[in-house]
Amino acid sequence: MKKRLLALSMAAIMTVGSLTACGGETPAAPAENQESTESTTSTSTTEAEPTKAPELDTTVEATDISEEVEGKVLNIYCWNEEFKSRLTDHYPGYEVVDATTGKIGDITVQWNITPSDDNAYQNNLDDTLKKQDGAADDEKIDLFLVEADYALKYVDTPYTLPVTDLGIDLSELSNQYKYTQDVMTSSDGTLKGVSWQGCPGVLIYNREAAKEVLGSDDPADVQAAVKDWDTYKATAADMKAKGYYMTATVNDTYRTFSNNVSVPWVSADKKVQVDDNIKKWVDDSKEMYDAGQIKSTENLWGEAWNTGFYPDGKVFCYFGPAWLINFCMAADVEGSIANLGGWGATEGPQGFFWGGTWICAAAGTDNKATVADIMRKLTVDKDIMVDIVKADDDFVNNQPAMEELAASDYTSAVFGGQNPLGMFAAGAKNIALDKISAYDQGCNEEFQNAMKDYFDGNSDYDTALNKFYDAITTKYPALSY
Amino acid sequence: MQVNMVQEKQIGGVKARRTFSYVILTLTSIFCLIWFYILLINSTRSHGELTKGFTPIPSIHLFENLNNAFHSTQPILRGMLNSVIVAVCTAALSVYFSAMTAYAIHAYEFKLKKAIFTTILAIMMIPTQVTALGFLRLIDKMGMKNSFLPLIIPGIAAPIVFFYMKQYMESTLPMELLEAARIDGAGEIRIFNTIVMPLMVPAMAVQAIFSFVASWNNYFIPALVLEKEKKTLPILIAELRGADFLKFDMGVVYATISFSIFPVIVMYLILSKYIVGGLAAGSVKG
Amino acid sequence: MKKKSKSVVSYNKWGYIFLIPFVVVFIVFQLIPLISTVYYSFFTYYEDGLDVIGPKPNGINNYIALFSAKKEGEMNFMIGLKNTMIMWILGFIPQIILSLLFAAWFSDPSLRLKGQRFFKTVIYLPNLIMASAFSMLFFTLFSTVGPVNDILKSLGIIKESYDFMAHTGSVRGLVAFMNCLMWFGNTTILLLAGMMGIDPALFEAAEVDGATARQVFWRITMPILKPILIYVVITSLIGGLQMFDVPQILTNTKGSPNNTATTLIMFLNRHLYSKNYGMGGALSVILFFITAILSLVVFKFSGNSDKYGKK
Repeated sequence: MKKRLLALSMAAIMTVGSLTACGGETPAAPAENQESTESTTSTSTTEAEPTKAPELDTTVEATDISEEVEGKVLNIYCWNEEFKSRLTDHYPGYEVVDATTGKIGDITVQWNITPSDDNAYQNNLDDTLKKQDGAADDEKIDLFLVEADYALKYVDTPYTLPVTDLGIDLSELSNQYKYTQDVMTSSDGTLKGVSWQGCPGVLIYNREAAKEVLGSDDPADVQAAVKDWDTYKATAADMKAKGYYMTATVNDTYRTFSNNVSVPWVSADKKVQVDDNIKKWVDDSKEMYDAGQIKSTENLWGEAWNTGFYPDGKVFCYFGPAWLINFCMAADVEGSIANLGGWGATEGPQGFFWGGTWICAAAGTDNKATVADIMRKLTVDKDIMVDIVKADDDFVNNQPAMEELAASDYTSAVFGGQNPLGMFAAGAKNIALDKISAYDQGCNEEFQNAMKDYFDGNSDYDTALNKFYDAITTKYPALSY
Repeated sequence: MQVNMVQEKQIGGVKARRTFSYVILTLTSIFCLIWFYILLINSTRSHGELTKGFTPIPSIHLFENLNNAFHSTQPILRGMLNSVIVAVCTAALSVYFSAMTAYAIHAYEFKLKKAIFTTILAIMMIPTQVTALGFLRLIDKMGMKNSFLPLIIPGIAAPIVFFYMKQYMESTLPMELLEAARIDGAGEIRIFNTIVMPLMVPAMAVQAIFSFVASWNNYFIPALVLEKEKKTLPILIAELRGADFLKFDMGVVYATISFSIFPVIVMYLILSKYIVGGLAAGSVKG
Repeated sequence: MKKKSKSVVSYNKWGYIFLIPFVVVFIVFQLIPLISTVYYSFFTYYEDGLDVIGPKPNGINNYIALFSAKKEGEMNFMIGLKNTMIMWILGFIPQIILSLLFAAWFSDPSLRLKGQRFFKTVIYLPNLIMASAFSMLFFTLFSTVGPVNDILKSLGIIKESYDFMAHTGSVRGLVAFMNCLMWFGNTTILLLAGMMGIDPALFEAAEVDGATARQVFWRITMPILKPILIYVVITSLIGGLQMFDVPQILTNTKGSPNNTATTLIMFLNRHLYSKNYGMGGALSVILFFITAILSLVVFKFSGNSDKYGKK
């Protein structure tokens, strides 16, 4: 009986289309690019060479698509409601039909939402992409979304169209933050997708604790106490002395380290490598956890992580972007620090980003003009983007617009009246995202998992490292170490 | 002397044993029920309150959570209907045909009997996820993707249900009864439907519950087969949990879980009458 | 049963006829997929991003890789088997004891328990909660800042929060406890349903003869229950070997600490992440043989092995 109850995250593992190759058929890729998937092992040589960041080739001319006829159905693949609500609220002329369909002019918008849990979204997307060639025009994916952690998996494939093929000139995109384009630049220098948002992170601190321990809750004073990692650690010791934890979990600081690496997780010849900065995260976190300055080794989003949202949790800081505070930090609950406006924001020891969604056009789309227009309206049109900031507290991918808002009288209630946009805007400018690989999602997860045993004192570092290598090569058999 | 002592011990012992069993049964019952209480409490709390940690006191957000669940883009009510269709059909097919298969093995002598029985036992041991790979490819080729059929039909070949029926028949179905029926001139199919089936009611009720619950809670295969409006409740719950950070609401998740457990409990309470009440018990031994 | 009358023989074609639905469905939905599993276990065959690597024959290398002795901290088949068996046994022993005890109490006429109906109904209820939801609850309750730690601290049993998820014993214990709790009701119901087949006259006769409750249990109940008991042990063993969702969700897929709670199916699941049909297939094939061997052992020890063998 238990057999039939086997459940949850098994969805990760398999989907129908993945089996097409069993019958000896080659996986169907869009025809014009068939050769690149034909011989599978050789594709590794055409992969991005992550050690040398691909530079965006700005000489590519936009294709003229004005002659092409638009299809009747626009199929959008994504994993949540976020993009849908952006389109519904901000795209001119979008009409809601029901929960999974809409209309733009006489084109029907068909939403296909699969949650990203357990890789379900990617599995579903991959299957459909592989069948794209044989599918009827109205069944083909026209537009899909990706996240930074696995963006490269799609960027360097023929399944995504360069934005210039949609008739968008690269000069139109000049207001976007550079890192948002780095992520989507393929090894041959073409831009494969755009984002409407930027997710620069800051250090979010507990003002009460800052006053008590540092003597001031002014962002500049707090910044002085966390300006680099050595100072940060010294402050952690002071916090501990006054009964505060520096962070709720060891994983809070992870992204500030993993976004500032000098080598990507996976090299061009598919070897897994642990960057010195990642190792520094391990050493620092272990030292601080052993000294009782970090509360827990549990994952983010867990119980221990949540406790710091309330004064009793005695947590000094969190690392995150704007979206973290509004909803995740329990601003709607009486007695929470966010509800009392008790948080402050400062740059922290290092810049980083967290989250973000990119829009890609699928090869084979018959709605190029509509996809291009969605990209233009959401990621270029300044008025619409400013509306998004005001309506949804998002941080949009438009440098001049954000700098204008930063200088305005916009204030944030959870930050006790501070206007954090300037800080976010400065952070976004400094994010460098060229050291990424297609395997980052797995590497980040497995590394944190493996290190938990080291932090807990259940194994030494070398054993934990072995465990990481073992886990990552199990997850991605193509990798070695 | 010896006998007297035993009897005295027994009389005194019964009371002690009765008390002991009441204590253990009560404790166990608490352990069985407390989870439903916690689920209910959590369904009444808002997401923000849930982040505060657990408390045993209910809050006031139950209807808000349920309302959010019903009016989210996830078609919860439709999902419940889908779940009912799949679970009821699977349980019915599985119970009826497993009894039939078990009857074939139990009541007849034929050449391949041993081979088939051994094979069925062997099938029982194959992990679901492994055959699922080929299974999905197959239904895709047969054009049965996004249909309830590939979830329901395999219920006909449910080795574990079959094995139970077989074991049950072994202890309760006398061959003499069948031979008597044959002498009366009854056909084989009629014997099975009118004589064997009624005798199997307790076993079938038990397995019907198990099959229903297993199918109701099944996520793995349905999530790979069903799309859009065909999704069943466990898929929808997983999707609620996978919702983005901005809309992720544990209160709604708990409310949906509570809501989806409800029909299973009702189904169970209906069927448990047959088991607990022991309706058919008397007629079994002939 | 030993003496078959001639008339029975002519009915025997019905044995085949009644088997048709099962066999057809089985061949289509299980045998064909199974064959492809075994076949691909001898291949290098997985996905790398959107590319498919293989299928490329590689002999028994997948099998060797599964068993190869590795560096400390790495996972292999034997570790998975050991973890799985330990957690299954830890859960199954209390489960079968509770179930037999309850079944004995419920069926004991001298005990005359009141509220039987209530107890019988309640014990199966935990099985109705989805395993994933149940594990989620446990994860919350036993967190370092969860209510269990709060209670233990306020009772003065511990001073510092105990991290249940960071210690081998407590993780395995919790998994076993959850499995026991979810399945003992199921087992009790199975045993009870089996007991309904027992003629109440037998118990009455035993009572009149002055048999003790213990004697009734061992001499009457147990022998009649034997086929059902064998069923319980074997299905639980098979279910145990396929243990997955509880440890998977409780340990957040990690099987931590140090892979001491990683079950075989969790290990299989990791190989299937990249749709690694080669390694996944090999693991399944071995799992299949191990289950078969263990089940045979149970059959043998229960003295049931010749039931179908020698006729």
